[in-house]
Amino acid sequence: MTGVGQRPQRATASLRHRLAERGVDPALLLLVPALVVALALFVYPFSYGIGLTIQPTAAMQEQWGGGILANYVAFFQDPFVFDSVGLTMRLALPAALFNVLASVPVAMVLRHRFRGKRLLTSLLVLPITLGTVLTAQGLLIFAGRQGWLNRTLLATGLIDEPLQLVNNYLGVFFSLVITGFPFAFLLISSYLSGIDPSLEQAAKTLGAGWWQRFRRIILPLLAPGLATTFVLTFVLAFSVFPSARLVGDAMGETRVMSLMAFRAFGEQNDYAMASTIALMMGAVELIVVVAVLGLRSLLYRGTTGGKG
Amino acid sequence: MAVSTLERPLAARPSTWFVWAGMAAFGVFLLGILIAVVVDSFGRQWFDTWLPDGFTTERYVEAWDQFALGEVVGATVGVAVLVVAISVLVGVPAAYVLARRDFPGKRAIMLLFLLPVLMPPITYGIPLATVMYSFGLGRTLTAVVLVNLVPSVPFVILTMTPFIEQINPAIESAARMCGARTRQVFTRVLAPLLVPGILAAGILVLVRTVGLFELTFLVSGPGSDTLVVAIYRGMTSAGGGEARQLISAMSVIYTATMLVMLVVALRFVNPTQLVAQVKETRDD
Repeated sequence: MTGVGQRPQRATASLRHRLAERGVDPALLLLVPALVVALALFVYPFSYGIGLTIQPTAAMQEQWGGGILANYVAFFQDPFVFDSVGLTMRLALPAALFNVLASVPVAMVLRHRFRGKRLLTSLLVLPITLGTVLTAQGLLIFAGRQGWLNRTLLATGLIDEPLQLVNNYLGVFFSLVITGFPFAFLLISSYLSGIDPSLEQAAKTLGAGWWQRFRRIILPLLAPGLATTFVLTFVLAFSVFPSARLVGDAMGETRVMSLMAFRAFGEQNDYAMASTIALMMGAVELIVVVAVLGLRSLLYRGTTGGKG
Repeated sequence: MAVSTLERPLAARPSTWFVWAGMAAFGVFLLGILIAVVVDSFGRQWFDTWLPDGFTTERYVEAWDQFALGEVVGATVGVAVLVVAISVLVGVPAAYVLARRDFPGKRAIMLLFLLPVLMPPITYGIPLATVMYSFGLGRTLTAVVLVNLVPSVPFVILTMTPFIEQINPAIESAARMCGARTRQVFTRVLAPLLVPGILAAGILVLVRTVGLFELTFLVSGPGSDTLVVAIYRGMTSAGGGEARQLISAMSVIYTATMLVMLVVALRFVNPTQLVAQVKETRDD
């Protein structure tokens, strides 16, 4: 593909040369298939969806007014739909925060060498294989009213009444922790392993206690990684869909945006409204992501002196 | 750095106990969920006792027949293999260019590949599904494969880029000096060196595709449902869903499949290396 001697014409060669100096040469053709996939399956449908949002159905226009913006009027004025924004946030933010914060101490402990470390790591990563649907089924059986968890607690006399752990907010929260924590843990461990242990060693030599070492050395170096991990776990938690339906209270506390979008899409066949909710969902999510990444850019971004 | 890993603190700190307690709670939940589903899938009747009344393997036979699991598993495997093959073929060359070259517009292209990973699948899934239905592709296997490519191709690109960066460009230059064309550089030099990376990316895409619920659910129907979607439909079907044990049996089949894939994946790759390109100095 790059054979220079193939076309001896002088003009083409010099143009090619000038382009090549700026990094444009036939090797870039290798990007084309991936670009075609991205444009045809991501950019085009997305723009199509945006166009669809300003083509509301007649019923929508009649009910909410606003002409071509009827879908947006409906989104912001229909409390049944609009409340889902808050409900989604109330679920996704605490879950993502919990997953990130909880995985830091775990990753710190698992940095050291000890027996059974491999087994423990595997156990923590195992839920990746479960998937949300199986987690939901398991939670319903294990943590339900007649489940082993409530049974054990009742038998040991810790509680008098079975706890309501599923079919509500808590059920979805557990499900988000079980599927999101392993992911956060893997990312945080890899960021931690990139921090040179000799930095901590030096601080120890200077007499810093474990808290000082953590606060002054590990935390600042880890902060950008924490932000990235938060963003990725937040995206996972934000798009919660099967578990909100299966272990949640789909019409109450866990009426999340994806459920509303799917309701418009699959049950009401109102593709325009479904796209509107989906786009708004993307917008809300991107606001959080951009805010976190903006904060991240204020943090230290140099080398962490890692082993690599 | 060897010192810090060999050294042992004299007494465990309170924070360490806290961490262990948290991990124990996580483990209890995890094993509880897993064991409960397995026990349920083999149980006859299980209402308000510690264990089911009796044990049987009939649930598996019943679930297999009732949900046409032969077809479902076939569709799942077929879709997954196709998605892996296409996304590797499309993603690896793109990752190569992004890892090695610098050209105008590179950042925009990177962003384009990053967006599907940063967005909840439903946000682009619904417009995409609408397009699929308007092209008459709704509820077909083609549509399921196509929608799964949207997150998979960027995933392969993001996973492969660090692998390619680890290969010394001098090797490629040497091959070119000896007269190798781009195609030959790819097949004779890069491909063999990249085999571990390609396997890792491929297996991770396989696991993700089998587990991906949202996108498949939006465009699939009878005959093109994958296993997760079939389980979800079973759980939510009209009339309070199917017998719980049937769903449990299907879930066990699903987890067993996933577990095998993940074990295979972990034999080829250390997952913590995917993100930060850090080489472990020793394996412990």
